[in-house]
Amino acid sequence: MSLTALTYWVVGATFTLYIGIAIWARAGSTKEFYVAGGGVPPIANGMATAADWMSAASFIGMAGLIALSYGGYGGSVFLMGWTGGFVILALLLAPYLRKFGRFTVPEFIGDRFYSDAARIVAVVCLILCSVTYVIGQMKGIGVAFSRFLETDYQTGLFTGMVIVFFYAVLGGMKGITYTQIAQYCVLIMAYTIPAIFISLQLTGNPIPQLGLGSTLLGTDTYLLDRLDQVVTELGFVEYTTSIRGSTLNMVAFTASLMVGTAGLPHVIIRFFTVPRVQDARTSAGWALVFIAILYTTAPAVAAMARLNIVQTLVPAPGESLRIDERPAWFQNWEETGLLVIDDKNRDGAIQYSANPDTNELVKLDNDILVLANPEIAQLPNWVIALVAAGGLAAALSTAAGLLLAIASAISHDLLKSTFMPRITEKQELAASRGAMALAIIGAGYLGLHPPGFAAGTVALAFGLAASSLFPVLMMGIFSRRVTREGAIAGMVAGIGVTLFYVFQHKGIMFIPGTAFLGDTPENWFFGIEPNAFGIIGALLNFVVAIVVSRLSAPPPESVQQLVDNIRTPRGAQRGLVDH
Amino acid sequence: MSDSHRDDAYWRRNLRLVAALLSIWFVVSFGCGILLVDLLNQVPLGGFKLGFWFAQQGAIYVFIALIFYYAHAMKKLDREFGVEEEEV
Repeated sequence: MSLTALTYWVVGATFTLYIGIAIWARAGSTKEFYVAGGGVPPIANGMATAADWMSAASFIGMAGLIALSYGGYGGSVFLMGWTGGFVILALLLAPYLRKFGRFTVPEFIGDRFYSDAARIVAVVCLILCSVTYVIGQMKGIGVAFSRFLETDYQTGLFTGMVIVFFYAVLGGMKGITYTQIAQYCVLIMAYTIPAIFISLQLTGNPIPQLGLGSTLLGTDTYLLDRLDQVVTELGFVEYTTSIRGSTLNMVAFTASLMVGTAGLPHVIIRFFTVPRVQDARTSAGWALVFIAILYTTAPAVAAMARLNIVQTLVPAPGESLRIDERPAWFQNWEETGLLVIDDKNRDGAIQYSANPDTNELVKLDNDILVLANPEIAQLPNWVIALVAAGGLAAALSTAAGLLLAIASAISHDLLKSTFMPRITEKQELAASRGAMALAIIGAGYLGLHPPGFAAGTVALAFGLAASSLFPVLMMGIFSRRVTREGAIAGMVAGIGVTLFYVFQHKGIMFIPGTAFLGDTPENWFFGIEPNAFGIIGALLNFVVAIVVSRLSAPPPESVQQLVDNIRTPRGAQRGLVDH
Repeated sequence: MSDSHRDDAYWRRNLRLVAALLSIWFVVSFGCGILLVDLLNQVPLGGFKLGFWFAQQGAIYVFIALIFYYAHAMKKLDREFGVEEEEV
């Protein structure tokens, strides 16, 4: 069977599974639609959260991002940032928001800050960060289809939309939860199997996390020492010490990703689905276990694939790969445009170096590390097909979670809680399905016509979540004194300054030519790059909220009781009523 | 002890625990992984430089342990103060 046919079979089988789950897990009430009925076991929720969380960017892009764009060590900001956020989520937010026992993130902000205005500002912040995030997922679906199934981008995107439509509109959170569990299993197999083989081939150790610290097979040289040596010989910075910008920039970048992770609504609402406060705590631990399986494999894939590529291009010190001797996978990926060579000095060989004037490997896309890994390691075709299904699973699961966060903010917070409080539960369920359908169509439209800023979107989503939602959620729990005026002013100031900083360096709405300060380190505030600025926005949010709260009348007695109530687990069962 | 005194004492213990665990969280990630990375990189751990290992693997393992420890300690604290949840 040809590779394409095999890929169709594997991807088709996973899609059939997702549709089967959709039909089995239809939602019959708003509680099922928003929080899967509130009875998801903590380990199952941990697995669903892992799939919800790990996007196309984690699966396809991250290893290459670490090894190529961030030079190795610099990529640690993603590894620590995207996992460390779960610690603050588990210790500072998840158990209390679960105790609050409602359906959405803006609902907590509206109730705690006794204000429809605060609720609406929260909805706007939620939609801003979720929409910027979902565009990347829709693009991921289209790209994965076109690369592996040889369809065009549009057909791929439509197919993905139909699948999500099926289980998200029918099943809401209930359908999404069970498909995410299936998607986790698909994506983690697809990620780890090639990694195990590549680790075995290079080091003889089947566990990539250990292989990364082992000696190369048949030698006494450690893999990382060899990698440092070969990249520095080519003029690149040393792999294990390549700092990103400055130490302060690394700290700010890591902190922004951590706080953004804890503030992303589609992740937070997953913790509304477990039965008890205690389960919200353990479930965050399980989520991180399942995430860590991929996140500790990724740096091994990054280093090993980087070494493989360098050794392919530079078979021996001072030698270069002859163009007519390049391996088949190399040619396959040239066709996709992810690898581009240009024989500048016409000597029939590919000179690879850090010097842009003489380097002849003119393009080496980040995605290639994961996508081409099975071919580089000469694994059978079914593994390549599995990688395709895994990439799609990662994109679909994250897209569905984001779409639910958007849809529930519209149907629950805008309609039911603010503008149309008289609608019945049945009408609200219909409205939530309608909102979901609209969100899918909207996301599909943006996937087809990605706005100019699509390239920078995923990183921006973290900055927005860090600077707007996380601080007010935390203050809402840990302070009785923060007022509605403080919360609104804090959210507006935090998200405002973050957007302003990103726009001044990258262009207003990312439109080229509208940046009024160049995007270079000299123009950065203390050398902090725009993607790392969310933490500054978050700090400003805290300061503004606390100062404004001091100047405004304290919250009413009922709100202080609400804060006291969410701080202890007792009575959580009574908290989650159908309403 | 009245309910509100009990809840306040429970909350203070919770805050102390959170502060201790977040200090460890800070030390293994920002500390060992970034601020002290050059120093720790002098120490080999198998084929890893220790600082690099913390930044790309070690911190993540500690994060997992912190969350499970917190869940475990809070379960005990909930019982000690009688604020645990009713059984489902």
